[in-house]
Amino acid sequence: MSDSKSEMLSTIRKALSEVPDSESPGDVELKRDYLQKGKLSQSEIVELFAERVGEYKATVQRVKESNLKKVIAESCKRENVTKLVIPEGFDKELLPVDIDPLFDNLGSPLTHLVLDQSDGVITTCAHAVAQTGTIILDAGEGQGRRALTLVPDYHLCIVREDQIVELIPEGFSAVESSVTKEGRPITFISGPSATSDIELSRVEGVHGPRRLEVLIVKD
Amino acid sequence: MNKSKHTPTFEASAKAYLSNTQLRKNIGHATHTIREKRKDAVDEMPDWEKLREAGSQIKTRVMRHLDRYLLQLEESVKKAGGHVHWARDAKEANQIIVDLVKQKQVEEVVKVKSITTDEIKLNKALAKEGIQALETDLAELIVQLAEDEPSHILVPAIHKNRAEIRELFRKKLNQKELSDRPEDLAEAARLYLRKKFLNAKVGISGANFGVAETGTVAVVESEGNGRMCTTLPDTLITVMGIEKIIPTWQDFEVFMQLLPRSSTAERMNPYNSFWTGVTDGDGPQEFHLVLLDNGRTNVLKDEVGRQTLHCIRCSACLNVCPVYERTGGHAYNSVYPGPIGAILTPQLKGIEDDGVASLPYASSLCGACYEVCPVKINIPEVLVHLRGKIVDEKKRNGGIKQKTDLEHIGMKMMARAFQSRSRYERGQKLARTGQKLFTKDGTISKLPGQLSGWTAMRDLKPIPDQTFREWWRKRDE
Ligand code: SF4
Repeated sequence: MSDSKSEMLSTIRKALSEVPDSESPGDVELKRDYLQKGKLSQSEIVELFAERVGEYKATVQRVKESNLKKVIAESCKRENVTKLVIPEGFDKELLPVDIDPLFDNLGSPLTHLVLDQSDGVITTCAHAVAQTGTIILDAGEGQGRRALTLVPDYHLCIVREDQIVELIPEGFSAVESSVTKEGRPITFISGPSATSDIELSRVEGVHGPRRLEVLIVKD
Repeated sequence: MNKSKHTPTFEASAKAYLSNTQLRKNIGHATHTIREKRKDAVDEMPDWEKLREAGSQIKTRVMRHLDRYLLQLEESVKKAGGHVHWARDAKEANQIIVDLVKQKQVEEVVKVKSITTDEIKLNKALAKEGIQALETDLAELIVQLAEDEPSHILVPAIHKNRAEIRELFRKKLNQKELSDRPEDLAEAARLYLRKKFLNAKVGISGANFGVAETGTVAVVESEGNGRMCTTLPDTLITVMGIEKIIPTWQDFEVFMQLLPRSSTAERMNPYNSFWTGVTDGDGPQEFHLVLLDNGRTNVLKDEVGRQTLHCIRCSACLNVCPVYERTGGHAYNSVYPGPIGAILTPQLKGIEDDGVASLPYASSLCGACYEVCPVKINIPEVLVHLRGKIVDEKKRNGGIKQKTDLEHIGMKMMARAFQSRSRYERGQKLARTGQKLFTKDGTISKLPGQLSGWTAMRDLKPIPDQTFREWWRKRDE
């Protein structure tokens, strides 16, 4: 054991001398009587999510499964996206025909420079939270590694209605096993990047994608 | 020579800043705006008080068993492929980091805002070895380019206006054609930093939370520079105060509701990153976690002061503090300004230094900070407790001649009044009584201790016989 480690631990134990040896962490009272489960119906949850994401100045569209491919193509066109980053596991059937896809995979990852020169990225998500308008990524199928949703300037994210939960505690619980069992990195995205550092004026878009578009899919 | 004696007192620094109208205007605007927004963000939560209570209970649990949790965290991080280092003080932490960076043979590292690294003066330590630490938060970049000090935990450059920032960027970033629109200024910073991010080999961050159960570390931010720093470099070094531990992943459901609403007054801030050691093919392949003491165990030792370690650095207490609003962050001469600074700094550094010992007096004990604190730190209680300690210390050194000195009696009385945490309401009432000792004609003409020089310049309205909210509304009219 390093000197610093043993010294820090023994200083801590001394500082806590009034804590009885017999006390275990679980003996310290903790009441989780805050809201852990939501009350809204699934359609109200979807409604709320769309509204809250919209308030972050993200573009939100609700689309039917059968229309998804068409809407993706329209969005890419509107945003002038041709060089589109595609994460591993993303359904290629959905890709517009007239784009230049940049496929990323574990064997041959795209370089930072290629990501920087791309026009955007398209991904799915792991879950979403209505209460806060948050998208949760866990680097699973169709989401890719973290850099993919960070470096490009435009992020087109597909959220399926049944992936949306109402409350933050439900969101954390939904990805708990990704972390405890698989150690996956988790990213919460709530609107495009922003700063209020200059005279408290909010500016959308600093280092992360400046434009976030969310397609909520009904199946 | 004891160089810490050189810290100016709060009173002395406050005088200088009180005469700076621009600063006062900026700070006033900032605190006012965030304060209003925070209230809305909190008011829409029906279970806010229950979340606060849970947050406080989780932190109490952590502090009472900190040794166990630290060992558990170390094990979890190692299991997830990371390395853990223990640092007793700033010097040790800096040495560990300097050595790690030197091994990588780089001359520049990218950094995401971290008050903990400010506290240990990491940038200076790296600079001494020829390594430049590039601050990547817009505000921190501004402060760094201006060779200035941050003035607010959340908006460190709030003392600079857009015209000043434009001048700075024109000079330092070589941007001749630049308007003073915040959008353009942000764009200039984006372009300048992007190249740096894409080529960075080493990133340095602080941590908002570290989970003992899983080894997960969290960084909460808005701009995306935090994601850049923790994702793109090959090596990531994170400095974390030992008090930032939470026991389980589930505990995020409490703190990730309390923090954003109290801090930026948003339902959720744009980006939260949670990483667990290293992940194959995703993000840094080498991860170091530096666990820092640097006085925290001193705070732990004091049963009243211990709650100070619950702080999640949201800065809500700054924004409601009437003293902070009038003096700005720099008057605290510490990386931790405002009410939290007034109780944390003296405990981290010790009260022998006169400047540090003046901090617990930088408060009117109105209790607003306690009302908003998301983890229910009873700041007035700790303030009064520390004042008592300072009086005792002075007495030992012959600073107070008689036990009947007003300062002495008043402090002792308030200390007793605030002793019971659960009896805060009663305590507040008693504090009002305590204040009467110093009140003449309805105005506090002389506050006890070092703040007296400050009130001599500008009479304070006393804390009235009503709650803070009522008082606040009145003074805004
Ligand atoms: S003391 Fe409380 S209110 Fe102040 S910064 Fe810390 S957590 Fe926030």
